Amino acid sequence: MTTMPTYEEYGNHTPVFPQPVNRENAQLPIPEDVRLKLFRVQHEIRQFETRAYDMFLQGLVKGTSHLSLGQEAIAAGFGVAMREDDWTFATYRGHAHTLARGVPMTPVLAELLGRENGLMSGKGGSMHLTSVEHGVMGSYAIIGAHLCVANGAAWTSQFKETGQVAVAFFGDGTTNIGAFHEAVNFAAVWNLPTVFVCENNLYMEYTAIADVSPVPNPGADRAAAYGLPSIIVDGNDADAVYTVASEALEKARSGGGPSLIEAQTYRHHGHSRADPGTYRPKEEVEAWNERDPLPMYHQRLLEIGVGEDRLTAVVQETASAVDEATEGAKNGALPNLDSIYTDVWDDGGSQWRN
Amino acid sequence: MAELTYRDAVSMGLAQELTNDPDVVFFGEDVAGAGGVFKATGGLLEAFGPKRVRDAPISEQAILGAAMGAAMTGLRPIAEIMFSDFLAVCWDMVANEIAKTRYMADGQMSLPLVIRTANGAGSRFGAQHSQSVENWAMSIPGLKVVAPSTAVDTIGLLAAAVRDPDPVIFFEHKSCYPMKFEVPTGGGDIVDELGTAKVVREGQDVTIVALAFMVHKALGAAERLAEHGIDAEVIDVRSLVPLDTKTILDSVAKTNRMFTVEENPRLCGWGAEVSSIVGEDAFWDLDAPIIRITTPHVPLPAADSLEDATIPSVDRVFETVHKAMQQ
Repeated sequence: MTTMPTYEEYGNHTPVFPQPVNRENAQLPIPEDVRLKLFRVQHEIRQFETRAYDMFLQGLVKGTSHLSLGQEAIAAGFGVAMREDDWTFATYRGHAHTLARGVPMTPVLAELLGRENGLMSGKGGSMHLTSVEHGVMGSYAIIGAHLCVANGAAWTSQFKETGQVAVAFFGDGTTNIGAFHEAVNFAAVWNLPTVFVCENNLYMEYTAIADVSPVPNPGADRAAAYGLPSIIVDGNDADAVYTVASEALEKARSGGGPSLIEAQTYRHHGHSRADPGTYRPKEEVEAWNERDPLPMYHQRLLEIGVGEDRLTAVVQETASAVDEATEGAKNGALPNLDSIYTDVWDDGGSQWRN
Repeated sequence: MAELTYRDAVSMGLAQELTNDPDVVFFGEDVAGAGGVFKATGGLLEAFGPKRVRDAPISEQAILGAAMGAAMTGLRPIAEIMFSDFLAVCWDMVANEIAKTRYMADGQMSLPLVIRTANGAGSRFGAQHSQSVENWAMSIPGLKVVAPSTAVDTIGLLAAAVRDPDPVIFFEHKSCYPMKFEVPTGGGDIVDELGTAKVVREGQDVTIVALAFMVHKALGAAERLAEHGIDAEVIDVRSLVPLDTKTILDSVAKTNRMFTVEENPRLCGWGAEVSSIVGEDAFWDLDAPIIRITTPHVPLPAADSLEDATIPSVDRVFETVHKAMQQ
């Protein structure tokens, strides 16, 4: 018997199906206004990302882009639970986390289009969205690094006793890079207020995470190595995410140290715009599409007595905001070429010799 | 004046900055309880406490990431990477994250941090603990790069690095640690300026441009050249980024000859950039080709006899310059 797969066996894996919706989550003690906010943020992300995808197809969005369609409940759950002065550290799949902290859509979309009115005036692009005034301390495109950086912000909070928490979001693939392990260990031994959020969408880029990890839960099953509890949450249920996020944030804020949370989810599209996602079993895709976080949450709010008219209003307001952002981004000027030479250094310039 | 080793200058410089600014923190592997593997950080934990002087696990990415995150949120961290060779295991942090984040964020944040690291040969540690990697750092836009050669420069340039609002990689030379220097005392804080080279020996006939421990090799060679009637000017570059080209160009305009003495291996060494600048800006000042004296393009051998023959020596600098001046 060989320990190596045959060509026919290679890449075959059992489809991973979602857990059924936990209907009891409707009873979680979450105020109605918070739930409406969770609803709104999820729709903002859904509609923004859908528009970004359309604008790709029109050739307006340049470079690459990694969408969070299907994963909205995680960004919304954390974004709504976080304190205004908490810090977000995102990956290249960071549009959702940026919007969830209240960054306006127009500069985000304009950045994707490479315009002067972009969030970073066109110098960062889709993978590096940053808005310090909203606590979005950067989106980092080489996996693992920003978990280490989040620890540094958490250290400042610990040092200055401000109660701020640093939250780092990353994918399942990140759990196999060294920086992940260094960062979680470091946060644990320094007892830092860092919350590590693994968005397990079952695929590291084009390869099933199950094919490259020896444990079934790539985030949660690693927690024990760093003395942390194993936490798994339904990443397609905003109420569940919000609840787990609130607990982890409070623990960190009160000196209880870091948490490592695995949120199970699925992306509706491929890894990036170049990827149609054909490596995923059809029945798996269908099952997860059925567990789309948005219709489920719509249904839940109706069940707990929120009127359809209020939900429809949110969806329509969001649609108007996305249209407005689209116009604002399209009408943005191209960046001034002088900006190539600005902001390497704190003095605003890039001079390296006299 | 007091006599001080370069090693003690490091801890004095750190103590000065920890005293000067309550937001300065210092951390790394074995730096607090053990006082550093080179004994260059002793006494700091006792003086400033574990809140500000902290030991870290062997996790270079975590260390530099923590420095970066702390810098962007209000602290002024000084991180130690024990050997500069280890920068290779956290180069993502240095080259992709620390160097580029301010630019990518369109200036929304600054990263006032210092990475101290022990650089260079002379300890017979072999190819993974002896490299001179200042040219790696110099090649990345967004990093400032400093390498002092004396005790007073170590204190002053470290202060300048800590007080600078941008990330600085501070290369200490392992062979300089035991060297003794005169340091002024009682005059308050010693604070120097980044981006300034220093003429450490004035001369009329040739310009020898050197960095860190190679400055002492160049000075030794200059004494021997003087015995042969060649009056060498020696420039300590001190800071590769920003680079004080003016001091170098002014010297070349006077002597019309230039040699570099570099411990980094030949290809893309810092002297190549200096030579390129002199070639472009001062070609007509030159009476003869620029000559670079470098470590050959090989990994460093461990045996003392081999290591000594690999890095530029006083003999090699003397012979190279002397021979060139006879032609």
